[in-house]
Amino acid sequence: MTLKDTQPGMVVRIDSLGDTELKQRLMTMGLIPGTRVEILNSAPFGDPIAIRIRSYNLAMRRDDAAQIEVSQVS
Amino acid sequence: MAALSVALTGNPNTGKSTIFNELTGARQKIGNWPGVTVDKKVGVVEYNGRKISVIDLPGTYSINARSQEEQVVSNYFNENKPDIVVNIIDASNISRNLFLTIQLMENGIPLIINLNMMDEAERHGIKIDMKKLEDAFGMPVTNTVGRSNASVRTLLDVFTNTRMSNYQPSELIKAHIERVKTIRQSNSAASKIEEEIISARYDLIDKIMASAVTVSAAGKTLTEKLDLFLANGVSSLLIMLAAFWLMFQIAFNWIGQPLADELGGFFEETIAPAATEAMASAGVAGWMQSLVSDGIITGVGAVLSFVPLIFTLFLCLSFLDGTGYMARVAFVMDPIMRRAGLSGKGIMPLVMGFGCGVPAIMGARALDTNKDRMISILVTPFLTCNAKVPVLMLFAAMFFPDNAANIVFLMYVIGVAVAILMAKILSTTTFKEQQSTFLLELPPYRLPDVKTVLLEAWDKGKGYLIKAGTIIFAMSVLIWFLSNFNSDGMTEDMDNSYLASIGSAASTVFAPQGFDTWESGAAIVTGVMAKEAVVSTMGILYGADELSTEDEDIQNSAQALFSTTLGQTFTPLAALAFMIFTQLYSPCVTALGTIKKETQSWKWMAFAFFYTCAVAWVVSLIVYQGGKLLGFE
Repeated sequence: MTLKDTQPGMVVRIDSLGDTELKQRLMTMGLIPGTRVEILNSAPFGDPIAIRIRSYNLAMRRDDAAQIEVSQVS
Repeated sequence: MAALSVALTGNPNTGKSTIFNELTGARQKIGNWPGVTVDKKVGVVEYNGRKISVIDLPGTYSINARSQEEQVVSNYFNENKPDIVVNIIDASNISRNLFLTIQLMENGIPLIINLNMMDEAERHGIKIDMKKLEDAFGMPVTNTVGRSNASVRTLLDVFTNTRMSNYQPSELIKAHIERVKTIRQSNSAASKIEEEIISARYDLIDKIMASAVTVSAAGKTLTEKLDLFLANGVSSLLIMLAAFWLMFQIAFNWIGQPLADELGGFFEETIAPAATEAMASAGVAGWMQSLVSDGIITGVGAVLSFVPLIFTLFLCLSFLDGTGYMARVAFVMDPIMRRAGLSGKGIMPLVMGFGCGVPAIMGARALDTNKDRMISILVTPFLTCNAKVPVLMLFAAMFFPDNAANIVFLMYVIGVAVAILMAKILSTTTFKEQQSTFLLELPPYRLPDVKTVLLEAWDKGKGYLIKAGTIIFAMSVLIWFLSNFNSDGMTEDMDNSYLASIGSAASTVFAPQGFDTWESGAAIVTGVMAKEAVVSTMGILYGADELSTEDEDIQNSAQALFSTTLGQTFTPLAALAFMIFTQLYSPCVTALGTIKKETQSWKWMAFAFFYTCAVAWVVSLIVYQGGKLLGFE
């Protein structure tokens, strides 16, 4: 599953990041394989989404989230 | 003894600027880094007889030169060796913050690690062992509490007492640097190498975190609870609208505009007559008197009267920004903005455009990409700023007395529609090479620091005053010249001035729109000076008595103006076309000056002028000719 398919409240772990223009920026922001991610809330039309990672909150578009493979932890 | 040089660096949202403001107070100079629209802030403090010069580098997540800010920081460290580099870290978000720290260490920059907002971190269950952190890096570690002046002042002690040459990177850091070197020497693709290095940095961070930081599970933070309303579902939209509404009330009804009116009135009624009188008694030549009182004082007055408005708006915005709410606005608006090819962050400057284009254009500098900045700047002029309102209301009252409010509302809608359409066109043509992205930190909600909010608003207001002011001043003198002279010299009669000639030349262009009188041509030309001038020029040219643009007098003004020949020159359809043209054509001189300043380009300023005029011409043409085809007149 990708980060795009998650629901608020889920906790996942990052497996891999697809090759996108944002890849290096995402990694710089701490989205490294193995990192724990909590899905928080989303904007009115469900996009973008907010996640909690490394003790801070980050917003990204669903299209970008679709490039991130994750597996559910809880 | 030379001044001790200190550079502050760190991620955005770490309270770095607040620390800088506490350290330097009002003794700071704000300039621009060469070639970019990033503020350069330098301040000087004296402590124990030692001069300390502090530079506040722009907040960045890394120094990879991906953005203007990162470029500035990276260039700065390539070209300067400050005595002390302080890396300000948000303790509650230490993991990601250390990324920059490690990158700086890789570049051989010795630094003091300052943990800010330790109190907040502890509330979130994050405990940091400062001694172990010091051992991990081999660099001194200090801490400060967000807004406490006393705790920030202790930094001055640290600056004067620390010799960075006494500190050496730890074995851990040295090993990491070796590892990065090895990765760089491998034969992989450049992007793969970069990714491996990023992973190596987070490897090291995880190692350091494990030894020096304990994170105990904390419940939902206040920020997360608030975001369930402020950045989630329908409530977020309603709250956002309320926040904007409140901001506009403050700026345009409660504080900003009333102050601006006072100031403008003071110039017109006190300064100008006093100057005229003084010059008359000193026997100054007539043309000189006219230049000073009608040209210079009126022009400068126009510049100054924008100041309270701009200051109030920026005060509100700096406050909202300081709380962290602006990031939520961008978050909520992103899906809508994306359809026009922009990012959610672009909404703020555009919303300001409904008040005044000048702060809107200045606000665009906060956007991430050049594409977002440029498009935002270029479509702002189409929105209905406050200066256009009197023009629209007056014409609506004159020619559509039964539907005035609907017609004015229609103008707002046309402005927004054209802005969206042009944003879409610009983003798929001129700027199609550049991507608009959206990756945004949602910082925790915090009470903003008063000093920081005030200083930020003041800087922006001052920047406007100095830079845009010089251009407006020059244009005021030019317009004065055009309306008071013709080829025979000075003239009392505006009908014979250069302006009238230009007006009639300009008006020929508007034959297909049905308003090709020289008066409307001249009104449009002076409207470039300030949009309100369209009304006053019409009033003067058609010989109506003093026109007031105050809301309550609109009806009277409309009747007075309508009873002149103006009533017969325009058909309702031509009046509608004229309103649409006024709504869309060139931004005023003040806004043009701001565009020049923000884009650092005469070319873009000229483009903004010509393309808005072209769009206005085409749209008003379509409405007039289309309306005629449909049988209206």
